[in-house]
Amino acid sequence: MNLLKKISGIIWILAGPLAIYYLVKTAAAEIAKKPVIDTKIQWGIFVGIFIPIAIGLMIFGYYALKGEYDRQPQSSDEL
Amino acid sequence: MSSISTKGIRKVIFASSVGTLIEWYDFYIFGSLATVIASQFFPKTNPTAALLSTLATFAAGFIVRPFGALVFGRLGDLIGRKYTFLLTLIIMGGSTFAIGLVPGYDKIGFAAPILVLLLRLLQGLALGGEYGGAATYVAEHSPVNKRGYYTSWIQTTATLGLFLSLGVILLTRHSLDADRAASIAKFNDWGWRIPFIVSILLVGVSVYIRLKMKESPLFSKLKSEGKISKNPLKESFVHKVNLKMVLLALFGATMGQGVVWYTGQFYAQSFIENTCKIDFEQSRTILIWAILFATPFFVVFGGWSDKVGRKWIMLAGMLFAVVSYRPLFGKLITISDIKNKTEITEKKEIKTTRKVITAANDTLRTVAVKTFYDDGLAMTETKTDTVYAAAGKSTMKPDIKISKILDTGGYWQMVMIVFVMILYVTMVYGPIAAFLVELFPTRIRYTSMSLPYHIGNGVFGGLTPFIATLLTTIYTDDKLVGLFYPILVASVCFIIGILYVNNRIDPDVSD
Repeated sequence: MNLLKKISGIIWILAGPLAIYYLVKTAAAEIAKKPVIDTKIQWGIFVGIFIPIAIGLMIFGYYALKGEYDRQPQSSDEL
Repeated sequence: MSSISTKGIRKVIFASSVGTLIEWYDFYIFGSLATVIASQFFPKTNPTAALLSTLATFAAGFIVRPFGALVFGRLGDLIGRKYTFLLTLIIMGGSTFAIGLVPGYDKIGFAAPILVLLLRLLQGLALGGEYGGAATYVAEHSPVNKRGYYTSWIQTTATLGLFLSLGVILLTRHSLDADRAASIAKFNDWGWRIPFIVSILLVGVSVYIRLKMKESPLFSKLKSEGKISKNPLKESFVHKVNLKMVLLALFGATMGQGVVWYTGQFYAQSFIENTCKIDFEQSRTILIWAILFATPFFVVFGGWSDKVGRKWIMLAGMLFAVVSYRPLFGKLITISDIKNKTEITEKKEIKTTRKVITAANDTLRTVAVKTFYDDGLAMTETKTDTVYAAAGKSTMKPDIKISKILDTGGYWQMVMIVFVMILYVTMVYGPIAAFLVELFPTRIRYTSMSLPYHIGNGVFGGLTPFIATLLTTIYTDDKLVGLFYPILVASVCFIIGILYVNNRIDPDVSD
């Protein structure tokens, strides 16, 4: 199970940039299709809020790959 | 912890739940009245821009929630749970009340939408701080074997808040005049303010109840021992050991829970109204009934999680959602699709009205065609266009609105389908407060659990109706394409949950 957790970590690391690429590509296409202020604001918000989340997913993947989730804390003293 | 009496814990649950319920009510009435608010506060000359502005405001309400989680979470870990979630309640109540008093765009111009936007942002900020406080407060009073059960009462409040907001709106809409059409007209003109203004009374009662409560015993103990965190934000999100649990909470639980929640309770209603074209009131009463039947299951699944653990109940809810959303939404289309029905031609009604609108005798023509079908469904197609007095001039594109009234059988079938979707919500949401509380230590619990909760619900969940609707406008051939987003997010969350989330019930949350 721990090996699977680590291997899956690679998927989460790769999923981050993939999500950012798809998000920015869609945002650019939508803004180009309808270049009004509403579209720009909406997509600006989406990109601004989802990029940090995608980076979070990459960090999560990195931790998983490093085996940080192999054993989880059993008490708050370990946190 | 186990020393607290049953009466004592009931008071704790009641005080926390009533306030949280009112906060949800305050937050939802804005979303539920988005169209009416658009006509009041945004330039009427461009209705699309007005509606989009409101949607942006709605999204802004959700996006500031994570910031509220940081601001009030930190405060809650520094000064205590009680005063922090008292403050969020006052901010929420004050903002809601103020929205009800802001003059329209026709009176004060652009100051109106700006004020409304600012107040909406305050609402989002307050909501971001409320939930973590209430869930932490109840959990820190609960014995280990009933933590899931007691915190699940807090979990009912979000759904009941929606129920209350829909109920108050429908009630107000029909009680302003003996004539139904006149009542709706008055509601759209000024009556919509009533649900906002009423909020101040509810908040007043809730503040009074909360003021009488004591601080969480675990936080008080920590404070008396001088062990409270000096910098909760740093401890929560910079220290690796805690950050990894925050990320796990987000990607392995709240992200999927958020999309399942918003698909079942919000996108479903929007889909019934806009895609299936079901009448305004029927689409809302369908949701009201479904909520009423499903709400007790929050407590059922919360209580059950004390016996079998939180993980598998939440993940089962996500899995059911992933595999059944398309068939369930497909069934909603089938129920309302007139292609499957036979028209009763002799009952067809056509009503035409004309109203002179210019000095040149141009008239606004409204043709309402009401068609009846063999199973009892009735569909009204209303076409509005301008008939010009001058020869050769005609309306380019008439405005066409379709509204269907379901027969009893179809209506209850839809109630049942939405009930099933909300049942999934109760599975993913019922045990999650206990799950989050157990993941983090007392000294940074409020901060650490609030952020993943509000990113999961506010960002992933809150944007579900918007992203799903957007997908349907891009890929117009498939009416169910909007479900791709919640299915994808819930699937990823399910896999992460299976692999990384622990099913262990923490025997001691006092550390």
